Amino acid sequence: MSVSFTLKKQLDQFLLDVSCSFPDGVLVIQGESGSGKSTILNCISGLLTPDNGIVAVNNRVVYNSNQSINIPVQNRNIGYVFQNYALFPNMTVEKNILYGLKNQSEYKMKEKREEMLQYMEYILDTFRIGHLRKKYPYQISGGEKQRTALARAIVTKPDLLLLDEPFSALDLKTKKIVYQEFLDLKQQMQMPIILISHDPKESDLFADHRLYLEQGRAVEPFV
Amino acid sequence: MWGPVLLSLKIASIATIFSFFFGVLLAYILNRKCVPGKNIWETLITLPMILPPSVTGYFLLMLLGKRGVIGSVLIDLFGFKIIFTWYAAVIAACIVSLPLMYQNAKAAFLNIDPAYEKAAKTLGSSEFRIFCTITFPLAWPGIISGIVLAFCRAIGEFGATLMVAGNIPGKTQTMPTAIYYAVETGNTSEANMLVMMMTIFSFVLIFTLNKWLEKRNYLGK
Repeated sequence: MSVSFTLKKQLDQFLLDVSCSFPDGVLVIQGESGSGKSTILNCISGLLTPDNGIVAVNNRVVYNSNQSINIPVQNRNIGYVFQNYALFPNMTVEKNILYGLKNQSEYKMKEKREEMLQYMEYILDTFRIGHLRKKYPYQISGGEKQRTALARAIVTKPDLLLLDEPFSALDLKTKKIVYQEFLDLKQQMQMPIILISHDPKESDLFADHRLYLEQGRAVEPFV
Repeated sequence: MWGPVLLSLKIASIATIFSFFFGVLLAYILNRKCVPGKNIWETLITLPMILPPSVTGYFLLMLLGKRGVIGSVLIDLFGFKIIFTWYAAVIAACIVSLPLMYQNAKAAFLNIDPAYEKAAKTLGSSEFRIFCTITFPLAWPGIISGIVLAFCRAIGEFGATLMVAGNIPGKTQTMPTAIYYAVETGNTSEANMLVMMMTIFSFVLIFTLNKWLEKRNYLGK
């Protein structure tokens, strides 16, 4: 497993020019607000197109400006947890989880429906959100939203998981619990993760590799 | 008296269906896609809302009249004269109600946090599925407002309808034109009755909409 990206994109205030490669584990990207952290995630996921560069996940090139490769975001198989979680407000927790599964070609056949539901149950249990299945996002707490968003991103078995400040909206008490859960999850999951965080404590807790951004450039040596 | 009432309901219903489809489609395309000349298109769609109905009617007359761009083609190809028929009244009602539908749908689409659609994309959804499962359901309260307002505007349409459909009793006479005719001919009791019906009907529609929106959970449930 490996992730590598070289990205150049002209932003309003500066040029984002960053290059990084890591074999596995968690890469934590830190930096001031507006330093280009979320832009990196958006470029890797395919939600934004860089001016030029290369993005490869597990040796699969998903973007290469020189070779005109730009795999659509839908086909990149990259999980993304947004800062505000972006849980669909018109769907219950269960339907939020099922949403990604229904797009998977392996579950599109009718006879696979039972299998899909079993897998969903497994995910609901793993993330301890089974009791919330019929609840809407506005009816659950911040920590529960965070777990649901993680479950929704992981349910499609992505090759890479992107987390955009997933702990920033949580209170201190919830953070402590969620940190431990995330550490457990990190052990269980066999996928590379890129985590954006403002908090040096989170970086110390989770980072296998670090990238510190300033005005679109890496200012600290890649560890 | 019931003829104009039924005709008005028929015209307003059909016009609202068209306004709904075109309003939602145009609002989605113009506000979610990169469309050249977006401002021009938006201005053209909104224009009937601020122009006097007689001006809108005049433009429609130029289009649908016997020698109009569309009217002459319809006569040449199908021998069908659209002017002074209830079809022309539907077109007039549709044109004047479209801006209300468009503006409400546009506001509803712009109100949706783009993160929902982005999240759906990363989960492998096509644009069509995202529209059907996320965008449209979340925009639904705004779209319902648009439908009700467009229907009220369509049922109350007078100026443009009079110019392109006339006021032919039993054929193109709608409630507003029937009220005008009743007042002109001194038939106060019929005018009173129609005015009362229109006012109560519009009041009930808007009141019910407001109640529904109040009760509805804006988080999308």
